[in-house]
Amino acid sequence: MPTIVVEVMPKAELLDPQGKAVAASLARLGKSQFTGVRIGKRFEVTVEGAVDAATLAELRELAVDMFSNSVIEDVVEITVDGVVATDLDLTVAGETH
Amino acid sequence: MRIGVITFPGSLDDRDAQRAIRIAGATPVALWHGEHDLKGVDAIVLPGGFSYGDYLRAGAIASHAPIMAEVIDAANKGVPVLGICNGFQMLAEARLVPGAHTRNAHQQFIRRDQKLRVENVATDWTNNYSAGAEIIIPLKNADGRYVADAETIKRVEGEGQVVFRYVDVNPNGSMNDIAGVSNERGNVVGLMPHPEHAVEEGFGPDTSLAMSSGTDGLAFFTSAIRTLTAAV
Repeated sequence: MPTIVVEVMPKAELLDPQGKAVAASLARLGKSQFTGVRIGKRFEVTVEGAVDAATLAELRELAVDMFSNSVIEDVVEITVDGVVATDLDLTVAGETH
Repeated sequence: MRIGVITFPGSLDDRDAQRAIRIAGATPVALWHGEHDLKGVDAIVLPGGFSYGDYLRAGAIASHAPIMAEVIDAANKGVPVLGICNGFQMLAEARLVPGAHTRNAHQQFIRRDQKLRVENVATDWTNNYSAGAEIIIPLKNADGRYVADAETIKRVEGEGQVVFRYVDVNPNGSMNDIAGVSNERGNVVGLMPHPEHAVEEGFGPDTSLAMSSGTDGLAFFTSAIRTLTAAV
């Protein structure tokens, strides 16, 4: 079964307290060459049947409306079985994308 | 006057909200997240707690609950809706009020009796306060940091939609010390602190007069009753 992966990150301009706490911990460990950490989320969505343009469009909508909150987060990448969604050549009945 | 309180999986303060409504003089009505039935209530409270264990984002999954379709519809028709803490997070996730919440800037859960200034006394939930009133009610959250983009902050400040602001201490790093906001119409109000825990002497925050005697939260509920009485 195909897997669609959605990656969500906190907006760059917003404070990411989790990432900041991890970065501070790295500094305490003496790993000060790693100066910044930001923590996001990865969703692995299993799909029944082939992924066509309609499925991908529906998932994209969910990614924007539910998996992420556009006030504080960005959907940074969607991949289908490892291929970046925008690079996929998908066709839906009577329509070419 | 019947005011509904919706219970979600993980709600904690639903019964406290019902009690506050009763003490204020209205009839509390228990509502259930999984139904499409507001039971004809005159106003709605989304209570505090940790619905769905704060999975995904605080309030995010609950904001898609079946009953939220009816809540959004009622809110858009002018029914008074109050979101407390997790309920505020749900209102933001449902886009009924502007902005969003992130983890507290200091990354920790915090509980304290919090001083607030009531910045807007024209909303359905604050009209029994005097302008600029300072009140103390409990606050308890981990994801209470109110944020929005610069343009939204400018708009809510300009339109008087900042209803409450933290005074003395900003407990979570919220932008502009914002503790609560409303929609444009002023019938939907959300805030992080808990007015329902400060409605009865002996069970509220300490005051200079006596231990646990603070009842500064009661006027939220009497304001809603006043709004509804005026509308009849």
